[in-house]
Amino acid sequence: MIDWALLAESWPLYLNGLKVSLILMAISVSASFLLSVPLAIARVSPNPWLSKPVFLYTYVIRGTPLLVQLYMIYFGLAQFEWLRESIAWPLFRNAWFCAWLAFALNSTAYTTEILAGALRQTPSGELEAARSLGMSTATIYGRILLPSAIRRALPQYGNELVMVMHATSIASAVTIVELTRTARDVYYNHLAPFEAFGLVAVFYFVITFALVGLVKLLEGRFLRHLRPMSIPSKAA
Amino acid sequence: MSMPMAESPVEKLRAEGLRKSFGTVEVLKGVTLAANSGDVIAMIGSSGSGKSTVLRCLNLLEKPNAGRIVVCGEELRLAPDRRGELDAQDPQQLQRMRARLAMVFQQFNLWGHMTALENVIEAPIRVLGLSRAEAIARAERYLDRVGVSHRKDAYPSHMSGGEQQRVAIARALAMEPDVMLFDEPTSALDPELVGEVLRVMRSLAEEGRTMLVVTHEMGFAREVASRVIFLHRGVIEEEGPPAEILSNPRSERLQSFLANSLK
Repeated sequence: MIDWALLAESWPLYLNGLKVSLILMAISVSASFLLSVPLAIARVSPNPWLSKPVFLYTYVIRGTPLLVQLYMIYFGLAQFEWLRESIAWPLFRNAWFCAWLAFALNSTAYTTEILAGALRQTPSGELEAARSLGMSTATIYGRILLPSAIRRALPQYGNELVMVMHATSIASAVTIVELTRTARDVYYNHLAPFEAFGLVAVFYFVITFALVGLVKLLEGRFLRHLRPMSIPSKAA
Repeated sequence: MSMPMAESPVEKLRAEGLRKSFGTVEVLKGVTLAANSGDVIAMIGSSGSGKSTVLRCLNLLEKPNAGRIVVCGEELRLAPDRRGELDAQDPQQLQRMRARLAMVFQQFNLWGHMTALENVIEAPIRVLGLSRAEAIARAERYLDRVGVSHRKDAYPSHMSGGEQQRVAIARALAMEPDVMLFDEPTSALDPELVGEVLRVMRSLAEEGRTMLVVTHEMGFAREVASRVIFLHRGVIEEEGPPAEILSNPRSERLQSFLANSLK
């Protein structure tokens, strides 16, 4: 039968794991969002010197598993003496830094493609209107292209957030005690796999639906203009 | 000009020898035109005659292959790019001149993520440097002027085509431009919505605004325009006051065009 006492006892460990997972996710998606905005702009640029390198980057990252990328950064790079002797070594020796770097680079690749797709969907007439009124390129990006593309990308970006949340479990492979690692420790210590992993599944489930709900709220706020009107009203 | 003028007309816009090719097809073969203040010029012609291209070359939405463009006495500095098309040498000069030639499009081209009011205040704030409060006051005045102030908080996708086009006209008006360019402003509208847009345009003409209108509406050309330009295969075939041009067309091409469009 289910060992409720064990669950009650290990509850604080899980809360700590939750905190670690959420921090890991937050720093990864903030970095990836900031990076992917300029990269997406480069990705849709007509200049191949800008678009091709970004395409290569997203192609390689999306073509390899995140776990492999994390192993390469955490274990693989440590093989090189020049890195071990460089001033960057304290960073690459640190599991948190490596996990953050791997997650951020990985999520940047996906977010860049999502944003680039949304940028390409901008109706060309909206750009012509902006140009015809004398707006500068910077203004057009800042006021027309990006605001409309980011809004359009929101539903897909919500999926990406959920993927990153689930991917944080991979950080357990490099000694970070986040939710999944907490569950594994509880399992090893008490040999109660169903309780240990069942509880962690509930945690992930609740966070995922909180994220989905948050994105729905944002969509309600920022995608009003795409909603069909329920009642056609003369006086708005 | 049949009407006596109080003051001598000021030239607002002049284009000389505009040429434009798409691939191997030359769609404009040297078009020269000028608009003085208060002129309402209707540009007519069958589809493919190049009339929209003329308009789009004036504000460099299309880069012409040759020609000169002068706005309010200031010549746009142009230089050929790698493909042999003329591009602005000074992007800031181009932006300044575009702001004086606000354009109204066939497909309205309102910004979908902004309300009507936000659409109208955007360029005055970002391009003309108005404060938000000034821009809102100005936008409300022009939305009212075109009869859509009750829709100012609506998004474009929630408005009818006629309302969207009137918001687009208000957006152009809010720039207080020297010349307004209209690119077939009623062609994408349902027939019952054409009238409301034409009425607004007629009242703008009566205010003495300088307008260059590419249109298929012969009634508008006849009753509102001060001058009609008939474009055929990239050349101005005939030009003059509407009464003359539309009632006594000299060229065979204009005769057959008018016969077809009055059917």
